[in-house]
Amino acid sequence: MSLFDKFQPLIDIRAELDRAGIMPFGAVTEKFLSATEAIVNGHEVILAGTNNYLGLTFEPECITAAKTAIEEQGTGTTGSRMANGTFAEHVKLEQELAAFFDKQHAIVFSTGYAATMGMAATLAGPDDVIVLDADSHASLYDGVRLSGAEIIRFRHSDAGDLEKRLRRLGERIDNTLIIVEGVYSMLGDRAPLAEIAAVKRRYGGLLLVDEAHSLGMLGDHGRGVAEEQGVEDDVDFMVGTFSKSLGAIGGYCVSNHPQLEAIRFAVRSYIFTASPSPSVVASTRAALRLLQERPELRDRLWDNARQLYIGLQERGFQVSPQVSPVVAVTIEDRDQAILWWNRLLEHGAYVNLVMPPASPGDYSLLRCSVSAAHTPAQIERILDAFATLKNSPHPATSHTV
Amino acid sequence: MPKYNELITRIYTILQPFLKPEIHLTEDSELVTELGLTSLQVMTLIEHIEDDFDISVPLNILPNIRTIRDLANQLVKLT
Repeated sequence: MSLFDKFQPLIDIRAELDRAGIMPFGAVTEKFLSATEAIVNGHEVILAGTNNYLGLTFEPECITAAKTAIEEQGTGTTGSRMANGTFAEHVKLEQELAAFFDKQHAIVFSTGYAATMGMAATLAGPDDVIVLDADSHASLYDGVRLSGAEIIRFRHSDAGDLEKRLRRLGERIDNTLIIVEGVYSMLGDRAPLAEIAAVKRRYGGLLLVDEAHSLGMLGDHGRGVAEEQGVEDDVDFMVGTFSKSLGAIGGYCVSNHPQLEAIRFAVRSYIFTASPSPSVVASTRAALRLLQERPELRDRLWDNARQLYIGLQERGFQVSPQVSPVVAVTIEDRDQAILWWNRLLEHGAYVNLVMPPASPGDYSLLRCSVSAAHTPAQIERILDAFATLKNSPHPATSHTV
Repeated sequence: MPKYNELITRIYTILQPFLKPEIHLTEDSELVTELGLTSLQVMTLIEHIEDDFDISVPLNILPNIRTIRDLANQLVKLT
């Protein structure tokens, strides 16, 4: 027995894939040709799995802002927000986020993971209860484990099941945090947030919503699912990331609870890490402004989402339940999913391969995400790449991986 | 509060659809290593038990549940 024994299954899978000449995890992007095209593992591809929803990663205004920030403030902050790492621009970004979300308070974190994990780990503690959606992101699961609270999961997006869980808590509801997401990352399905908010109003508790995949995507102002479903006032804490629609890296939490300003100094993932670098803060601020100035980006994103979703359906693929900028193709057989992922790359489309346990069920996914920067012709090329799969042999009759 | 023996009987009933026909259950049967349940099946099993007993099983106690006896003992505390 050794410490390494538990990694043997991973080592075996890796060796198996290596022998087959396929390595879907950690694909290397060698050169960018635009926000939507790159050379990946030697193949020129359309990027259809980068969560770059608004396509702002190469936006000239964002790049100029980042360059200026580097020249004026240097490459890094070299310290925590609680020590030397709070620059005027971090404070401005927090003010701008609060204004955008129409909330009183905002915290900026160095990553989305730090924001969601940190808030989930800190808001509830021993003697408290956390009730979270079963399909919550790993960062939320990591956070609730660290919290020391009693953790109860409810069936994915099932407000009725949530209601049962809250009813069973009795008086403990006063010490309960409910955690859900706006759009779920793997299948792109939207939470029934209006129903969940209604349950919360009936029973109590505080509600945290992770809008990582819905910022800039939904709602009249692009604030996410809570805005789209008209329940922003019921959400106590809204968390999310800068690494998707805003094309940078970092995370946030916004709230109307004045306690957030004190909670800030209790979140370990805020305290014990360096603050976001000046260039990241600058490009995020520019992207947040563009998100508000260019609502047409959302329209383009949804046009592209519909084109890909309907196109895949028409080509006979089993797609995720709702039209969304995340379009996942379900594949029962893991080996076929790996083979198809590789085939897509060879035919000019990069997507994400997701296998159990990362996928929500016991099946695999070819997960696509579209961008406002995709052209209709590029979406067509993604569909053409998928069409080639229907002619490819099943792995059982080709080679085993 | 159901008695231990009653809990065991109800767990056997709830477990049946998850098992191959030839498997013989005892209180010492291990859910994952012996009965071959995947982590997803364990969570589905827990959901069925939660519905049946009208309880919520905290995730915190799952690492303490390996056998059917472990599961029954935890349910004694929760029901």
